[in-house]
Amino acid sequence: MSDMRLRSPLGRALGLGSAKEGVGHWWAQRVSAIALVPLGVWFAASLISLAGADRAQFVIWLREPLPAILMILTLGAVFYHGALGVQVVVEDYAPSESTKLAGIVVTKLLALALAIAGIFAVLKIAFGA
Amino acid sequence: MTPAQRPLSPHLQIYRWQLTSVMSILHRATGIALTVGSVFLVWWLVAAASGGRAFAQAQWFFGSWLGLLMLLGWCFCFFYHLCNGIRHLAWDAGYGFELTTTYRSGYVVVAASTVLTMVAFVAGVLVRG
Repeated sequence: MSDMRLRSPLGRALGLGSAKEGVGHWWAQRVSAIALVPLGVWFAASLISLAGADRAQFVIWLREPLPAILMILTLGAVFYHGALGVQVVVEDYAPSESTKLAGIVVTKLLALALAIAGIFAVLKIAFGA
Repeated sequence: MTPAQRPLSPHLQIYRWQLTSVMSILHRATGIALTVGSVFLVWWLVAAASGGRAFAQAQWFFGSWLGLLMLLGWCFCFFYHLCNGIRHLAWDAGYGFELTTTYRSGYVVVAASTVLTMVAFVAGVLVRG
C-alpha cells in the first residue's frame, strides 16, 4: 500500500519498475516464439523436401506466392526473435555498461541487415531473378 | 576504496548438475547456434538470388562433411529449441511447475528432439538420394 502512495502518478502510469523497462521485451519474445512454431515446422519440412535440389528447382519453388510469403515471414520472425535472445545473452554476460550498449546496438543492426538481405533475396527470386 | 572481487550470480560452478539446469543452459546455447545458423540461411538465399555459380558454391559447402555436420547440429538445435520452447510457453501460461512434471516434460523434450532430429536428417538424406 505504501508503495502506491510513494510512487509518482507518472511512474505508476508507465509501470516500468526499477529496471526502467516493462514487459515489452518478454512479450515480444513470446509472440515471436509462438509465430515461429508453425513457421519453423514449415521451414524444416521445406528444407527436407528441397534436399539436393539444384538452383532451377529451388527458384521454381520459391517463385510460388505461398513459399515466398512464408519464407519472408520466417526471416522476419527468426531475426526478430534471435535479436531479442542475443540481447539477453549480451545483457547477462557483458562485463561493462559500454560493452553491453555496443553489443546490443551491433546485435540489432546486424539482425536488421541480415533480415533485409534475406527478404531482398527472396523477393528477387519471387519476382524473377 | 576498491570493491571486493566477489563471484557473480548465478555462480554455476557450485551447483550440482541436474536435468533441469542443463536443459536451461542448452536452450540458450541452441538459441545462439540457431542465430548463427540463420546467417548461413541468408547466405544460401542471397547465393540463390545471385546466380548459378554462387548457389553451386553454397550447395557445395552444405554438401561437404563440415556442412553436413553443421546441418545435423542445427537440426538438433532447431528441434530442441522448438520442443523446449513449447515447454517454456506452457510454463509461461502457468502449467507444469511441479517437480515431477518438470522432469517428465524435460525427458519428453530430450526424447522428442532426438527422435525428430534423426527422422528429419534421414528424410533429408533420402530425399537427396
